[in-house]
Amino acid sequence: MCETCGCNLTAGNLHIAQAHRKDGTTAVEVLKDLMSDNDQQAAHNREHLDSHGVLAINLMSSPGAGKTALLEATIEALGKDLRIGVIEGDLETENDAARIRSHGIPAVQITTGSACHLDAHLIHRALHALDLDSIDLLFIENVGNLVCPASFDLGQHRNVVLLSVTEGDDKPAKYPVMFRAADLLVLSKADLLDVLDDFDTAAAERALRALGRDTPIIRTAARRQTDLDSWLSWLRENSEAHREERRHFRPVTNGRPFEPLRP
Amino acid sequence: MHELAVCQALLNQVHTIAAEHADADVSRITLCVGPLSGVVPEFLERAFYLARAGGPAAHAELVIESSGVRVRCRSCGVETEATPARLICGVCGDYHTDLLDGDQLVLKRVELLQPGVIPPNKSAGVQPCVKHVDAI
Repeated sequence: MCETCGCNLTAGNLHIAQAHRKDGTTAVEVLKDLMSDNDQQAAHNREHLDSHGVLAINLMSSPGAGKTALLEATIEALGKDLRIGVIEGDLETENDAARIRSHGIPAVQITTGSACHLDAHLIHRALHALDLDSIDLLFIENVGNLVCPASFDLGQHRNVVLLSVTEGDDKPAKYPVMFRAADLLVLSKADLLDVLDDFDTAAAERALRALGRDTPIIRTAARRQTDLDSWLSWLRENSEAHREERRHFRPVTNGRPFEPLRP
Repeated sequence: MHELAVCQALLNQVHTIAAEHADADVSRITLCVGPLSGVVPEFLERAFYLARAGGPAAHAELVIESSGVRVRCRSCGVETEATPARLICGVCGDYHTDLLDGDQLVLKRVELLQPGVIPPNKSAGVQPCVKHVDAI
């Protein structure tokens, strides 16, 4: 067998893989993803969301890129067509959830203390605090951070990364793991492009393409309703696509009726 | 700095394996951490030496292997070396590529001490208390 990576381990040769060595140790070949615990929980969350027909969108960006402002503008524009729910992640305070609730939208605040990201277990707990039957579109506003949130699957269906034009246009090159994870890149605060001379949208696109990604890029300006059109269209299209997928959705239950896990 | 969370996930897996082997002490843990895994090996190592305390891996050594970054071009089909921020084809320059290698975050191997074997580095990190008696 391959001693380097253990790639051809089977039940038949496992005893060789776990052979006792002369130095008094036993080596166990594992080859398991370190995030498998989180990923299993994320898969369960996704199943839970699917069983209620909810499309979940994980919003990630640096702090201050305008995630909450974009959500508020989205609620104003789409709140009548789609039933929206929000999970807010911050280190401290209920401020963002309170901002969302003031628009009459259910919001659960997760305060992580000192943790720099949300994980699938935190989301699972939050999902049980929401009435998923009365939500079509769930936004998960992750902790403002371009590093850690990229490593944790939450059970979302789409990742949206915001890059505000007051940041550098080379951010995708600096944070490749985050920007590779994006299903959509939103250039936020785009109304400021008129007065900023150091953000080159073409350079930002080049940096993203250099990561081997075809990800669509759109511009938004949460304070100017007219600049939300492409964002709202993307949301409507993806909600529709998800509803279509759901029509063919059959939970994997090994023949038993689907039973969501208790929190 | 999510390496402590990753480290706790690692130790959960290692503790399960140790428990499956008669609560054997762990002597060495080998990981493969790619440059695009989102984890900094140095931080993971530092977190590990804090988080390992009090369990079967309390004296374990952590070996972190790294991988290169490789992509396959969807246009010309060639596999080339790449860098984390530049994942384009090294031959034709197309950005339509698939990542072959570089984002692994994998527990490869756990080495356990066979029963009756005293861990070679059992006292590592804690100096034994030696009573000095001056010769008269």
